[in-house]
Amino acid sequence: MSRKKLWRLLTSKHPRILVGGSVLLTVIILAISAPLLAPHSPIEQNLRLSLRNRTEGYPLGTDEFGRCIFSRILYGARISLQVGVVAVGIGAFIGGLIGLMAGVYGGVLESVLMRLMDVMLAIPGILLAIAIVAALGPGMLNVMLAVGISSVPSYARLVRGSVLSVREKEYVEAAQAVGAPTGHVARRHILPNVMAPVLVVASMQMGSAILAAAGLSFIGLGAQAPTPEWGAMLSRGREFLRIAPHVATYPGLAIFITVMGFNFFGDGLRDLLDPRLKT
Amino acid sequence: MFEYVIRRLVHLVPVVLGVSLMVFLIMHLTPGDPVALMFGLDAAADPALMESIRGELGLDRPLHVQYLRFLGNLARGDLGRSLRTRDTVTSEIAARLPATMELAVSAMVVAIVVGVLAGVLSAAYRNSAFDYVTTVGALFGASMPAFWFGLMLMFTLAVKYPVFPVSGRGFPLVSALLLVFQGQFTQLAKAASHLVLPAVTLGLPSAALVARLTRSSMLEVLGQDYVRTARSKGLAERTVLYRHALKNALIPVITVLGLQFGFLLGGAVITESVFAWPGVGRLVIQAIQQRDYPLVQGNVMIIALVFVGINLLVDLTYGLLDPRVRYR
Repeated sequence: MSRKKLWRLLTSKHPRILVGGSVLLTVIILAISAPLLAPHSPIEQNLRLSLRNRTEGYPLGTDEFGRCIFSRILYGARISLQVGVVAVGIGAFIGGLIGLMAGVYGGVLESVLMRLMDVMLAIPGILLAIAIVAALGPGMLNVMLAVGISSVPSYARLVRGSVLSVREKEYVEAAQAVGAPTGHVARRHILPNVMAPVLVVASMQMGSAILAAAGLSFIGLGAQAPTPEWGAMLSRGREFLRIAPHVATYPGLAIFITVMGFNFFGDGLRDLLDPRLKT
Repeated sequence: MFEYVIRRLVHLVPVVLGVSLMVFLIMHLTPGDPVALMFGLDAAADPALMESIRGELGLDRPLHVQYLRFLGNLARGDLGRSLRTRDTVTSEIAARLPATMELAVSAMVVAIVVGVLAGVLSAAYRNSAFDYVTTVGALFGASMPAFWFGLMLMFTLAVKYPVFPVSGRGFPLVSALLLVFQGQFTQLAKAASHLVLPAVTLGLPSAALVARLTRSSMLEVLGQDYVRTARSKGLAERTVLYRHALKNALIPVITVLGLQFGFLLGGAVITESVFAWPGVGRLVIQAIQQRDYPLVQGNVMIIALVFVGINLLVDLTYGLLDPRVRYR
């Protein structure tokens, strides 16, 4: 497809990819260039200027310790993007592996693995994540792990379903007929053909993972002070809602815009690559 | 039908056993000494005290013995005692569960009413301004952090313009409804005014999803032959939409509603924390902060059981909506 044709396809038929992609690109650039753009250090305190709304040198005002909210949001973007990528990576990798094994080997292994996934699905996702963090202890690393693990069953089911349909294809039968070992068939012939839906769901899940992680930080299980994490900033801000609503407003807006970017992008990608997944 | 219900209940047994094992393992694979974690350094300095606590909680037994004991107690409805209040975990949860169910059910009502209505109308007026606004609104709703949305609602409608109370639960809704029969309306007004903001906060993201799903499901149904037949009979458009199309379009929506109820129960943990709603969600967070492990374990277990039960109910309602569904 020529570049011109692709551009026309994106602008006319899939504007969501373009809108979401632009938002994401902006967030990524802001996160990378945070040290260059931030007027202050994200943890530098200036108690004389605490809880000010937009003021000179502080484009989005200050929090209760006089820290620059704009700088904290820029650095927070790094954390949120990292959380999204790592959590989704964990979920997609473990879930994908389980789904692949269940689909390829079938039999007892499949029953055991899929019943295990049913059990995990019986506990609401965010609650499972909360329980895991409660056991492992608070902190961003554990939050990423918990959010990732709680999304494992959805990937496992998706991949297993795709494997079951791909397994019946002629090229897989052909590979088996010439005596290729099962592991080889799974890696070389099945896996590449189940990747598209995984990528689509992963891009759609990125936003939910960021939301879940920010939620866990909001209830005090994620990032600990003074880490500039959006959910934690929002949580501190609610104590000053009456006198300084901006402290809670801006971090929330940052989460909203980033998650929306991922959702638009993921939705667009789904329509483009795999319209069957559409709900 | 009766046979089907029994069979479904039998199928639930392994799921419930699995959930109990998973919850048990998560809580017992905590790195470090649970007793030291629970009681802090003071207790850790006194080995005799540590031993006696371990003995009392049964933590000195092998893991599988502990699990079997947990399972046996669970079957008798005994989830242990809270380490802080010494009350039974079941009584602590029983005191808080009605508040959470009230919130989750109200949020569900918001999700269904707003979501289904918006979905039906945007399918009926496809590509209109309303359709466009609903579609964009649904995407916004799915991206909104509920805790932030809740705080913003609280700031505008409770702090700046005090239409609703800031937080807390006014009065138990069910009791308030019963009082209406005795001619007392003040308690109902109090209960409702406290419920509006948390229910909207929790319910709107689900409403967004329901609206999207209803819209696409309706569009599919509206293209079917029997809808054309209904229209060509000269039926009013309203009758076609609500009597012929909606009933069939709702079947996939109901499936998602069951799953959404789990999402609402989980989301209630965070919403309750925003609005100081005295439900199991806040209880979980308090229990985690106080390292009250039996209470955390009991809460997660109960919420999972409620969720499993709701999904069973959802499966059973299919037949009421769609007589073609046979309970086999």
